[in-house]
Amino acid sequence: MALDSSSNSHLTAKIKTADTQSRAAANPSVLSALKAVAKRDFALAYRQRAELMQPLMFFIMVITLFPLAMGPNPQTLQLVSGAVVWVAAILSLLMGLDRLFRDDYANGSLEQMIMSPTPLYMVVLVKVITHWLVNIVPLLLISPLLALFLNMTNTMYLTLIFTLLLGTPIISLVGAIGVALTVGLQRSGVLVALLLIPLFIPLLIFATSAIEYASMNLPIGALLGIIGAMLLFTLATAPAVIAYSLKVSQN
Amino acid sequence: MGFKDIRESQLPILAAQQLSCEKQDRILFQDIDFSISSGELVLLTGENGAGKTSLLRILVGLSSPNTGHVSINGHVIKKDINIATANIVYIGHKLGLSGLLSPVENLQFYMDLIGAPCCDTNEIFDVLSLLGLDGLEDLPLKHLSAGQQRRVALAKLWLNKSANLWVLDEPFTALDVATVSLLERHIENFLKQGATNKLEVSAETDSAKTNSAKTNKAKTKLLDDSSVSGAVIMTSHQATSIDHHKTLFDLEFAW
Repeated sequence: MALDSSSNSHLTAKIKTADTQSRAAANPSVLSALKAVAKRDFALAYRQRAELMQPLMFFIMVITLFPLAMGPNPQTLQLVSGAVVWVAAILSLLMGLDRLFRDDYANGSLEQMIMSPTPLYMVVLVKVITHWLVNIVPLLLISPLLALFLNMTNTMYLTLIFTLLLGTPIISLVGAIGVALTVGLQRSGVLVALLLIPLFIPLLIFATSAIEYASMNLPIGALLGIIGAMLLFTLATAPAVIAYSLKVSQN
Repeated sequence: MGFKDIRESQLPILAAQQLSCEKQDRILFQDIDFSISSGELVLLTGENGAGKTSLLRILVGLSSPNTGHVSINGHVIKKDINIATANIVYIGHKLGLSGLLSPVENLQFYMDLIGAPCCDTNEIFDVLSLLGLDGLEDLPLKHLSAGQQRRVALAKLWLNKSANLWVLDEPFTALDVATVSLLERHIENFLKQGATNKLEVSAETDSAKTNSAKTNKAKTKLLDDSSVSGAVIMTSHQATSIDHHKTLFDLEFAW
């Protein structure tokens, strides 16, 4: 680091020391900046709770429609339950996803985040995690009721929770890429859905087959493992891609 | 070492080389070379659509130029934007404030984001009351008028103590006469003493400077460095009364 700063001949002495200090103290200030981002996003979510409820209500309504439409035959319902919950979850998550960067883009907060000393991919990752917590936890809390609607067995329900826990972060992370790319466009909601839904097909296949396996009391470890691997891969790559897309959208 | 510092402090805060920008097949500007040194105010003028905002956005790294590059405080902005922009305050058309949060919450978040969370709320309250926002500190920002919202954004210029370059896009819009002159005085101060100034501190350095000026040149320089003066680049349609090192830079509307 000493070598680095001495090679910067363009710095005044004052800036040099400030810079060295800021790099030395990088960790605590980055951490507090990220904490501030999370705190702000939670506060904003709380102040927009009406808007936050909409995807959740959509999720519940889609799932209640199925028993009504298909007739009260418990066996049929059990057969399609995993697929119904997962399709409803993907659609409702996509509905809430454009909240992720829309307001920050419109009011210029995103510009300030890009220009902040904290690397943008970290800020973005914190925002996605906060968004996931705010949107998914209510969905998980309401899911026992929905499992009852669809006549799910205990093992099926547990598998559903596991697949949702592992799978929904993938939706948030990959979805954030789409939102970041289209944030500069007006009314990008349907476009984002059209771009993203094909990407979720593998996830949907593995998640629903895990639930199906569970209903037949077959081992599901491998399927959950594949979803977990997908999650780790997106977790490693998506933040950088989201950050880059946001910078491109500023142009 | 001391000699090197003196030499270095004369190098520009911002240097732009051969910038050109093209939007929708229209060349806004081409091969712009300029630099801003400390203590300098660059006033960017030009017709609507001449590319003033585009140039400012390129300078702070929010958009990339078609050719050329910008370096701030010696860091090339394209390579390490996080370090290069660490000492800039940029206030653009979008204020960077959330309408659902109160002025205090917004500014607290700003301080955390720039990595200066030590700043306590009292300081934010002080600055807000200086800007005539008493009693509005805890109201959601969307309930404030356009001018008041702009004043909240301008509070960053008082709160950010580590900046040595301000990039302001039409800072005087929607402001009343009193606030305009307050801002002008603050800009003049910043050009002379930098962002770290407090009135007491600046008075102290001034007297120290005059005392030692005849006796020890190097020492004077050192004292000067302890309050590095800032630089400002801004666009404005209103005539300003700031007369400190004004550099005019006129962009022409071109097809």
